[in-house]
Amino acid sequence: MTDLPHSPEQPVVAAKTSRWKNFLKSDIVWSYRHSPVTIVASIVALVLILMAVFAPWLAPYDPFNPATLNLMDGFTAPNSNSFGGRYFILGTDNQGRDVLSTIMYGSRVSLFVGFSATLFAMVMGVGLGLVAGYLGGIWDAIIMRVADVQLSFPAILIALLIFGVARGLIPPNQQESAAIWVLILAIGLANWAQFARTVRGATMVERQKDYVSAARILGVNPFIILLRHVLPNVMGPVLVIGTIGLALAIIEEATLSYLGVGVPPTQPSLGTLIRIGQQFLFSGEWWILLFPAVTLVLLALSVNLLGDWLRDALNPKLR
Amino acid sequence: MLAFIARRLFQSVIVMLAVAFIAFMVFRYVGDPVSSMLGQDSTLADHEALRERLGLNEPFYVQFFTFVGNALQGQFGISYRLQQPVSQLIMERLPATIELAFASASIALVLGVVLGIYTALRPRAFSTGVIMTASLIGVSLPTFLIGIGLIYVFAVELKVLPSFGRGEVIDLGWWRTGLLTESGLRSLILPAITLSLFQLTLIMRLVRAEMLEVLRTDYVRFARARGLSQRAINFGHALKNTMVPVITITGLQLGSVIAFAIITETVFQWPGVGSLFVNSVAVVDVPVMAAYLVFVALVFVVINLIVDILYFIVDPRLRDGAKSGR
Repeated sequence: MTDLPHSPEQPVVAAKTSRWKNFLKSDIVWSYRHSPVTIVASIVALVLILMAVFAPWLAPYDPFNPATLNLMDGFTAPNSNSFGGRYFILGTDNQGRDVLSTIMYGSRVSLFVGFSATLFAMVMGVGLGLVAGYLGGIWDAIIMRVADVQLSFPAILIALLIFGVARGLIPPNQQESAAIWVLILAIGLANWAQFARTVRGATMVERQKDYVSAARILGVNPFIILLRHVLPNVMGPVLVIGTIGLALAIIEEATLSYLGVGVPPTQPSLGTLIRIGQQFLFSGEWWILLFPAVTLVLLALSVNLLGDWLRDALNPKLR
Repeated sequence: MLAFIARRLFQSVIVMLAVAFIAFMVFRYVGDPVSSMLGQDSTLADHEALRERLGLNEPFYVQFFTFVGNALQGQFGISYRLQQPVSQLIMERLPATIELAFASASIALVLGVVLGIYTALRPRAFSTGVIMTASLIGVSLPTFLIGIGLIYVFAVELKVLPSFGRGEVIDLGWWRTGLLTESGLRSLILPAITLSLFQLTLIMRLVRAEMLEVLRTDYVRFARARGLSQRAINFGHALKNTMVPVITITGLQLGSVIAFAIITETVFQWPGVGSLFVNSVAVVDVPVMAAYLVFVALVFVVINLIVDILYFIVDPRLRDGAKSGR
């Protein structure tokens, strides 16, 4: 556990600090410190995520409270005062909503959908991948055939189809409230195959190893073997795919919302904001479009870069 | 070779049947076709009569075979939203999508191969670095943002190209083309570029990687030793051997182009099949969704088949393998 000598008087503290020191000396921290791009990307991602999570406390205005909206504030240019006499650093849209605040709330929706969909895809893909890799045979054939077929179609097309079908199965009066969950389901189902394929490959390798045979001979329940013993050893690639998948899910959500089939208009995400902003592109109100677009690109790009770095850092063979 | 094609055809039929089954399940069980087609003030007797007429009271497998039979004749029922036959809607809009897809595939193929060769022959040039970086950024931007960016630059700021629609079209009887008028061609430029970018970067990186590989092989070194000109080596010997993977990727990507056209068509309000599909998803117009699913699957299967046959034409090793009893 530790390579530092420590006195018996303070074993707990010593263990803790040395663990922390060991972590600081690890390969991952080393490669993080030596990659300026990654440091910038992680800071950008962190700022955007914090902005989204704490939007209700940080946002200068509440853009979805009709009581505070004033049409006199509409179309205010960035960094200027409106006719209503209020200051807006990124300007306002046609309804007088503060663009900065709508972006903060919008990234909240985008990130929520992105994280939930990726988590859903991860749990489903990892579960099916473990089963396929461990059991093999007919289960393996069925699961991987479905994954192959799905991977040969673009994820956005599959998400659209699932979204349409799920919408049709939900009674019309609940469609508005269920839309965000349907969206998470659609994006999650469109992205599970990547996880399954990777985990299956890693599981087939792990299954051959002695520790799994030992556990099996001891009579450990296969379910426990998979969760307690195999799963931790295949988590590395899963984290990498999860990070890159998060960036993909954010873009897919934005695309669907931009196409007008995503989140309901009462809960605009970044994609919805871009869709709204495009209407004012020709009349010269560029800020309504530009700032949400920049936020989306920064978010997707920084998460993507983090995923790339993680892949290189966790895979010493590439170095 | 015939046996190989026959086997591939058989597989394709199985895939199409599976897709048809999914499409049928969607068609039959998502939403209620009867209440979608009848108005609010219809009686139960009306419902029962329509159910009988649509064959919804038949056994499950009979309904499925009726569905497949109709699909083979291009019949997918009537759109709930537009109250027109789905086949007619798709046929009206298909030329727009096909012209867009082929224009963008041509751009991607020509520019991708040219840039790929250029960056492979000058690996250390500054311009290569610029192209490679630009391609990375291009891949990581969402398609619809690229489209909006192009609209902003060329339609809003420079005012040189139209930002939406297809321009004037000429009716050739069975095909309404925008390729023969000036406004039609000008309208095609921005959507085609938007749609081509993703494929372009892919082809470029592939050609570059393959070229770098091939230029290191012995036969290229031998060609140099024979004193052949640089041009003959690069284009006569090296380029030929990079083409197999390029054909695969271009062919397989053509299917995703049709699918990605959904986004491009929405950005540019292009009256194609993709925008029809998006509008149908938004209002759960099930017959159109089912028909589009079958249509896209058909495109994928046909393209896969063509790619496989092209292998035989391009790669002599496969042909010989096939002759000697594969």
